[in-house]
Amino acid sequence: MRMADVMTLEAVAVSHFFDVSRPFLQRMFTGEPRRQLRAVDDVSFVIEPGTTFALVGESGCGKSTIARLAVGLYEPSDGDILFENKALSSARAQPAMRRRMNMIFQDPYASLNPRWRVSDIVAEPIRAFGLATRPNEVAGRVGSLLSQVGLTIRDGEKYPHEFSGGQRQRISIARALASEPDFLVCDEPTSALDVSVQAQILNLMRDLQQRLGLTYLFISHNLAVVRHMADRLGVMYLGRIVEQGPAETIFRHPRHPYTRLLLDAIPDLEQIGRARTPVGGELPSPIAPPPGCPFHPRCPLANERCRVEKPAYVMADGVQVACHAVEERRDG
Amino acid sequence: MPLLEVHDLTVEFPTRRGVLRALDGISFGIDTGEILGVVGESGAGKSLTGAAIVGLLERPGRIAGGEIRLDGTRIDNLPSEPMRRIRGRRIGTIFQDPLTTLNPLYTIGRQLTETMQTHADLSDAEARRKAVGWLDRVGIPAAAQRIDAYPHEFSGGQRQRVVIALALCAEPALVIADEPTTALDVSIQAQIITLLKGLTRDHGTAVMLVTHDMGVIAETADRVAVMYAGRIAEIGPVAAVIRHPAHPYTDGLMASIPSLEHRVKRLRQIDGAMPRLDAMPSGCRFHPRCPRAFDRCPEQQPELLDAGATQAACWLHAHG
Repeated sequence: MRMADVMTLEAVAVSHFFDVSRPFLQRMFTGEPRRQLRAVDDVSFVIEPGTTFALVGESGCGKSTIARLAVGLYEPSDGDILFENKALSSARAQPAMRRRMNMIFQDPYASLNPRWRVSDIVAEPIRAFGLATRPNEVAGRVGSLLSQVGLTIRDGEKYPHEFSGGQRQRISIARALASEPDFLVCDEPTSALDVSVQAQILNLMRDLQQRLGLTYLFISHNLAVVRHMADRLGVMYLGRIVEQGPAETIFRHPRHPYTRLLLDAIPDLEQIGRARTPVGGELPSPIAPPPGCPFHPRCPLANERCRVEKPAYVMADGVQVACHAVEERRDG
Repeated sequence: MPLLEVHDLTVEFPTRRGVLRALDGISFGIDTGEILGVVGESGAGKSLTGAAIVGLLERPGRIAGGEIRLDGTRIDNLPSEPMRRIRGRRIGTIFQDPLTTLNPLYTIGRQLTETMQTHADLSDAEARRKAVGWLDRVGIPAAAQRIDAYPHEFSGGQRQRVVIALALCAEPALVIADEPTTALDVSIQAQIITLLKGLTRDHGTAVMLVTHDMGVIAETADRVAVMYAGRIAEIGPVAAVIRHPAHPYTDGLMASIPSLEHRVKRLRQIDGAMPRLDAMPSGCRFHPRCPRAFDRCPEQQPELLDAGATQAACWLHAHG
């Protein structure tokens, strides 16, 4: 596959730290040092135009922090994020560039202003970016956006509370599309929805991608949903991407022990009454991550090297894997 | 005779604008040692069914009809004190959020011993020894030391383990588990499911497992009841319901779940949304969304009918 010349989004060795130190005076008395939480630790990826890059991982792995970094809600502590080969911060300084990226959030109940009519919610980006000024021009655009997401123009007269969760997420999508973006960051867009409604929203998102040539950064904890949406996939653990590459390859042949654990842990409809031996242990605290490979305390393949040395990426079959066992071919 | 028998259970919420019927004629049974999965989308009434059985309906909700029997004895009309003794002793409960079940001000040891001593005549030392045993059994490392810790000192997965110990320590005959793994990450979820399955099998405990996750049901339950808009749409053995769903709603629900095994171009979707309680359609409640509805569906409400290996409330299975 030939790579496009201009990447929609590129993350180059991006890290993001949160300061979780106690207040200054308390530190003075107890002699405690400052403490940092490495939410995102040296993460690199590229997203090609018109494709979906998905990040998957358990809570606290840093995937939502990356979502916020990708639209400029956070500044990276280290590394660079490029939007179409320009630094994201300078791209966001220009409204013409800023309108080209947008975000869809998880909770359609919290992300819509309950006091605004749906038509005003969807019209706000159009007005803010000056895409249309005359009232009936704005109304026309709102109408076509609502019908694009499967709502009617009449729905614009209502308030968010009059809609079900799935319909609210349609409103969020219409609002996100209002500024005519090319790049959408979707942070768990269907996690709050029931499965039959989730299917509606996922189908809609894929239709829109094809029709409008959208590029998605898709964040989810649900591997089945990710499989349905992703062209490329990154699996995150404790702030790092432990495996990334073409989604199909990773699902067919997962290499990193954590990816295998995740895939194996998902209860599956085709495995009725399956008995299994789940991997023990829990996610360590990102404030004090284990030395060496962050996954080693839970990893069935860990050895002495894994406990001391942080693994670098090895390439296998177009997939990057950060694992000593894979590198040393101990993974069977 | 099944251990738990629910017959024609109806739950209503009186409101200023009329009485809302949230559960409408639910009937099912659970045998000793059996795991019954109850699945459905939010608002289908699955949690309400569990709450009605343990007598924890939130006001103004009330049981308006039907019977609930445990071991042949009616429990739906008991006064609150005898019902409180049945809860815990005979029926254990596990809820989604362990923080709402555990008292943050007591050590987990105190909560466990108190539960056991309420329901059985045990000395303090005996109760404590048993509590350590339970913590050990649910996989809390160094149980003898951790017994004096408070709930906030445990991680989410460990707290849910403590809740399971608390639900099982009085050795109830039936456990009602309402979305026990929904708040947990998948790798922890797998641990908890395996634990729950193993412990209930060892003790011959019957389980009513309420969840929206069909995958959890597939792996855990013996039989499954699929709920839709306050009624049971289909009930039967798990394999039959998943592989050969007889109700169009079950069929659509299964097809809308994205698969890990293969990728499809489009997911099959059920258009529309579940009706609200104050706007129930006539006849079969699923007919406005049903691709196979015919003239009888909007007119008459179907009861559960034999449909091969399962029972489905659908006129497609009416013969004669």
